[in-house]
Amino acid sequence: MNSRRIFLKSGAMAMLSLGFAPSFLGRAAAAVTARRKLVIAIFQRGAVDGLNMVVPHGESEYYRLRPTIAIPQPGRGSMGSAIDLDGFFGLHPSMAPLKPLWDNHSLAIVHACGSPDNTRSHFDAQDYMESATPGVKSTRDGWLNRYLQVSSEERNPLRGVALARTMPRSLEGAAPSLAIGSVDEFGVRGSTGALFQDQYESSSDRLLSAASNDAFAAMRTLRRAAGVPYRPAPGVGYPPTPFGNALQEIARLAKADVGLEIAFTELGNWDHHVNEGAVTGQIATRLDEFSRGLAALAADLGDRLADTIIVTMSEFGRAIAENGNGGTDHGHGNAMMVIGGTVRGGVHGKWPGLADAHRFEGRDLAVTTDFRDVFSEIVVGHLGASRSALSRVFPGYTPLSPPGLIRI
Amino acid sequence: MLAVVPAAHLQGSAASRPDDPATITHVLNRLTFGPRPGDVERVRQVGLAAWLDQQLHPVNIDDHAAEARLPQLQDPPDSTDVKELRRFARRQIVTLASDKLLRASYSERQLKEVLVDFWFNHFNVYAAKGRTAQYLPAYESEVIRPHVFDHFRDLLEATAKSPAMLFYLDNWLSATPTGIRDPGFGIRGLRRRLSPIPDPRSPIPTKARNKRARGLNENYGRELMELHTLGVDSGYTQQDVIDVARAFTGWTIDRDGNFRFVPALHDNGTKVVLGHTIKSGGGIDDGEKVLDILASHPSTAHHIAFELAQRLVADDPPAALVDRAAARFRDTNGDLREVVRTIVTSPEFLAPAAGDVKFKTPFELVVSAVRATGADVSDGRPFVQVLQQMGQPLYMCQPPTGYRDTADAWVSAGGLVSRMNFATRLASGDMPGVTLPPDVAPSRELALRLGSPEFQRH
Repeated sequence: MNSRRIFLKSGAMAMLSLGFAPSFLGRAAAAVTARRKLVIAIFQRGAVDGLNMVVPHGESEYYRLRPTIAIPQPGRGSMGSAIDLDGFFGLHPSMAPLKPLWDNHSLAIVHACGSPDNTRSHFDAQDYMESATPGVKSTRDGWLNRYLQVSSEERNPLRGVALARTMPRSLEGAAPSLAIGSVDEFGVRGSTGALFQDQYESSSDRLLSAASNDAFAAMRTLRRAAGVPYRPAPGVGYPPTPFGNALQEIARLAKADVGLEIAFTELGNWDHHVNEGAVTGQIATRLDEFSRGLAALAADLGDRLADTIIVTMSEFGRAIAENGNGGTDHGHGNAMMVIGGTVRGGVHGKWPGLADAHRFEGRDLAVTTDFRDVFSEIVVGHLGASRSALSRVFPGYTPLSPPGLIRI
Repeated sequence: MLAVVPAAHLQGSAASRPDDPATITHVLNRLTFGPRPGDVERVRQVGLAAWLDQQLHPVNIDDHAAEARLPQLQDPPDSTDVKELRRFARRQIVTLASDKLLRASYSERQLKEVLVDFWFNHFNVYAAKGRTAQYLPAYESEVIRPHVFDHFRDLLEATAKSPAMLFYLDNWLSATPTGIRDPGFGIRGLRRRLSPIPDPRSPIPTKARNKRARGLNENYGRELMELHTLGVDSGYTQQDVIDVARAFTGWTIDRDGNFRFVPALHDNGTKVVLGHTIKSGGGIDDGEKVLDILASHPSTAHHIAFELAQRLVADDPPAALVDRAAARFRDTNGDLREVVRTIVTSPEFLAPAAGDVKFKTPFELVVSAVRATGADVSDGRPFVQVLQQMGQPLYMCQPPTGYRDTADAWVSAGGLVSRMNFATRLASGDMPGVTLPPDVAPSRELALRLGSPEFQRH
């Protein structure tokens, strides 16, 4: 805490010497006493197979329809089996790194969750989930950006940061936000930075001048707060992959108190139409990286996890039955995970069952929880948005009673 | 000598004179991808009106030098290996993007290239969806490019029958909901008739979905009205969407990757579209009639006029100008050359206030920097990467809306930093495959000019 205070003080003086202090400095100072709530959104692009991720091992239909790719019931498989959670659901064995979070009630799972729209197009479904307006394509901004818009007028692009090459749809919109490959990469190369800064600052083009001020203020903040090479907490090892690196950068920003409220990153390659695998194979490899990354992030955040919600999402689930190529085709309902210090651990949502009569369009897991109900509870219960703010984050939608993911 | 004219030059009282350098610079900023060194003087000598007339009739402009720079597209490999074919598709997209960049930089038919970019974006398809990449070269060169100065109805029909659009918006799968009368034309049969490239990302990849996928698909019908013609909220109903989709059932793709109408997939019932009754039994003519109805609808005239004026004049174009351009659209049966001419010869476009109000998209910025420096680009691929980093990967815009063409979509803190870094790299001679001309020394001053607020606008 002490070192942070010193940083803020010297940072403020340095900025004053440059002739202006960005408006968010006051808030950053306040953050020392009242740490900001943080949401880390993780998109599994390509439609993860939720039924092999959070396995309904108590369902006989699951085993009947997946003769070669089912995850065996706990204790049954010779190569590995589901990690039992509650006698009915279990985690894929590659997700063992998340079991400690389950055991200490920091992991909530919402199963049979998804969109009211029936599209099975990746791009439409991702678009709908990120705009959070299923069925409406004309929505220009993303739900995370709309949260930033309605919660504060502060012009600090470090409030919303995507560790991604391009701005994800979820964070697109009028509120300043950043998409960066890494913290160290964000800066003007060579010796022209200060000259560009002067040029934009003295420009009569107010729109560009403001955006440039945001950029250089963010750069200075980052250089001071995160300027030294980052070391994760002792014993924490992120997977040495782009996804692992992105999560590590998020932890770095969170701990540097730069005003981060929304972080976003993504992990692709879940579209397993062919040779999905079961306890080993493609999905096992992906889930291994995914779970080790999430577990490392949670451990690295340490006591910050108390102010943090990590939420995972994927555009739709996959068909209940495996196809003729040892894979699964596009389906409907899926599982979302919510991790955090204030989370009410457990498997949430009404389980519709896999029997013929309960399926969506006769073949897919039905959706019993609208994904916006999960988002809404995070926006209200965790971030503290008002009901009227909520209606602006999710236009045209009135959430049902919250799924109960967060302890009040 | 840099072709960067400070914005202040446009504000002068002389800007309303047709052939003064400031007006010419403004016109070149908007109707080309930015002036090259010497361009303003060249246009002044020909006369602005004559230059404009040339640009409106690009067939008369010799473009061999630019054509000679374009890389040869490879044919798809003779293979059924999925991974190899996907690798090919990725390479293909990069080659096409590089090709687009080189054309925009070096073609003498600049207005045409600006409009090809505009119309591709209007009729956007996404290269990473299934087979779309395979159909992409023909989509741009045979569907969009030949029709940008044509009648709108012809351009619309070309897109409606293009495998790229049929695939991207799923119409190739759309079939009569009342049941398929010839079992050979079920989805399984359709897939057999398609090109033999297996693609696990295709929306209908395995026999498991054959049963479900058979039936009406509204995707194209909706976007055709919302994005391609009438515009969003222009009064069509869900029933119109369904009946338009029904009219296009059977418009699909054959095994050689060509358009084909398959009567067995077509819904032969009566349709009612925007109050027009399309009698039963019309077959392929149903879709043609829908295109007639939509192309001649006043909402379409207004929608197209607005979008062109937004691209060429201002993010929020003057309503009177849009109305005049829409009227010209209606009077000329959608002659796109005449609609563009109306806009670019208007007092609103030539007014001093119209100068430098548009913010360049990343693509416009990158190409205008190449042109302003007179750089010799032998390989467009490094620019393709830059555009990816700036958030405008070419041919990779996922939603059918295409990229937005307004400042609020592109002005951002991260975006500006990318632009400054691009300017710095280009100006220091740090882009592989790019040679600055001998009289343009790599310098910090050059970086500052290419990265300046003024250069981000046009």
